[in-house]
Amino acid sequence: MKPSIQINQIGKTYGDVMALSDINLEVETGELFGLIGPDGAGKTTLFRILTSLLKPNAGEAWVEGLHTVKDYKKIRRIIGYMPGKFSLYQDLSVAENLTFFATIFGTTIQENYHLIKEIYQQLEPFKNRRAGKLSGGMKQKLALCCALIHEPKVLFLDEPTTGVDAVSRAEFWQMLKRLRERGITIMVSTPYMDEASLCERIALIQGGKILSVDAPEAITNSYQKPLYAVRTADYYRLLNDLRDTDFAERVAPFGEFLHLTTREKMPEQEIKDFLLSRGHSDIRLQPAKPTIEDVFLDLMQTT
Amino acid sequence: MLKTFIAFVKKEMYHILRDVRTLLILFGMPIALVLIFGYTVTNEFKGASVGIVDQAQDDLSRQLITKLTASGHFELVRKPHNIEALEADFRAGDVKLGIIIPPDFEKYFLGGEGSTIQLISDATEPNYAVTLTNYASQMIRDFQQEQFPTEQMPYAVAIENRMFYNPELVGAYNFIPGVVALILMLISAMMTSLTIAREKESGTMDLLLVSPLNPVLIILGKVTPYVVLSFINALVVFAMGWLIFDVPVRGSLALLLALCLLYLMVALALGILISTRSDSQQTAMMMSMFVLLMPTMLLSGFIFPIASMPAILQFISKIIPAKYFILIEKAIMLKGAGWEAIAIPAGVLLLMMFVLLAAARKNFKVVYD
Repeated sequence: MKPSIQINQIGKTYGDVMALSDINLEVETGELFGLIGPDGAGKTTLFRILTSLLKPNAGEAWVEGLHTVKDYKKIRRIIGYMPGKFSLYQDLSVAENLTFFATIFGTTIQENYHLIKEIYQQLEPFKNRRAGKLSGGMKQKLALCCALIHEPKVLFLDEPTTGVDAVSRAEFWQMLKRLRERGITIMVSTPYMDEASLCERIALIQGGKILSVDAPEAITNSYQKPLYAVRTADYYRLLNDLRDTDFAERVAPFGEFLHLTTREKMPEQEIKDFLLSRGHSDIRLQPAKPTIEDVFLDLMQTT
Repeated sequence: MLKTFIAFVKKEMYHILRDVRTLLILFGMPIALVLIFGYTVTNEFKGASVGIVDQAQDDLSRQLITKLTASGHFELVRKPHNIEALEADFRAGDVKLGIIIPPDFEKYFLGGEGSTIQLISDATEPNYAVTLTNYASQMIRDFQQEQFPTEQMPYAVAIENRMFYNPELVGAYNFIPGVVALILMLISAMMTSLTIAREKESGTMDLLLVSPLNPVLIILGKVTPYVVLSFINALVVFAMGWLIFDVPVRGSLALLLALCLLYLMVALALGILISTRSDSQQTAMMMSMFVLLMPTMLLSGFIFPIASMPAILQFISKIIPAKYFILIEKAIMLKGAGWEAIAIPAGVLLLMMFVLLAAARKNFKVVYD
């Protein structure tokens, strides 16, 4: 079967600045695909190329078999796009925004209500409120409704959860899962590593290049280096002390623990002894399961 | 297609009606402009301060003074005894026009030898000074005629002036056409460029582009409300001109309104073109000011006559749409001219519209580089 999104050696520069270079990706129909990377990694540029808004300098891409440059008119009929910046009419009410976007896609809210029902029900109490007066989470739900109302085959969501509270973020991902069950291909970008595990497959992107593409578990499993979670009474001194050692390859803060990657596998007692010698107390040390963030930092370091 | 268009127009109307600033510009500005121009930019004057040095103090000089002040145009505020005192009054700004009647005015004047009256004006305001001296000269000539009604002066060339179309030189006859041209240009072009730039700024333009909408429909949907509103504005200004300032429409009103619509299209096309070249409302605003407001005010012949401009500015004035529209307006409103008389300026506007629309279409980006 043909992939829903196919990207072949896409590159884009703005003047002298390289935004994307040699991007190759395939996203299957009905897949929930995550683009994970920090701000400025090139996620938005890739979205704008795939939604046919931006011409790439190199390479080609197809969405549902349609060429993003040659068939841009056809692409615009079958995709839904939610830009990173809130881009609805702030001075129009919730209902007016949704009606407008339904109409320009030649449909009505009633016709496709089943698609947005679950999301829209939460918005319904505020349907006469101006979009600009909604909370961050509500804005994102409305934007998703507007992107969905014409039943797109492929949905592009650029950082839909940025600036949204933790509860709304969780809800948002629940919605995406249900949409995927309807067979809609979803490409979503996020700077939050913890959201990566909610996707079926992810691409780690940094500096305009893709570092790795795989299922989230496969990516974390690929991390073969010894990893420990450490904490002591003095968190900050611990960070500095570990970074000074020869055996530590990388020390990164991770919640209340530090993630310590050592160059070679070594007995836990050896590390504990070192910490005791440095005068640390309340030492807790255990092997840690690698996360996407560990992989990301590792890939960034090696490339 | 039609449904989409209506939805678009409706959305645009919401934007306009919900933004106090837009509403103020749309409806407050035209009325303010008409009133401001109507009562300030005018060559008519009443009660100008005059100082008269009457060195003759005879019957005839008193008759002359009575005639000058009786008209209501001049108000005698000072009667200095000599020229030095008059100069002091000028410096103090108390008088704008000085009239010096020489000694033995009656004796020489009636004796057939002739006499000289001196007019002095404060030319720090050149236009006002010229108007005052012209008016005073005319009144003095009239006075002379009245004194010798039958007698023909030897060797004198009699000049008879007739001011066609506007015999009383009413200022409103000039400024109402000018204000209509200015308002239509500003509102249609500036508001259009702003409204499109706003969609770009807020990112909604991207959403519109990533939809099956034809770009022509996007533009059409956005400008249609402004066409209607600008047209209403033109009607309001014409009505105000007629009701408040007695500016007539001597020719065909239908023809005038039809050409109004044509001029509107030119302005809109210009607005769209500006918006394709600006990514933010601020740039659009600056460009509108630079490209529209100043040239329309200064180079259209609205305030300063084109004939007295340097050659280079005269040349530039040829590409100012307002220039042609003002010509058309004056021809229809004041001269009562018909279709044939305005065919050429109308043709130029039509050509401008097509060129600008083509340029706007070409510059409107549906895919970014």
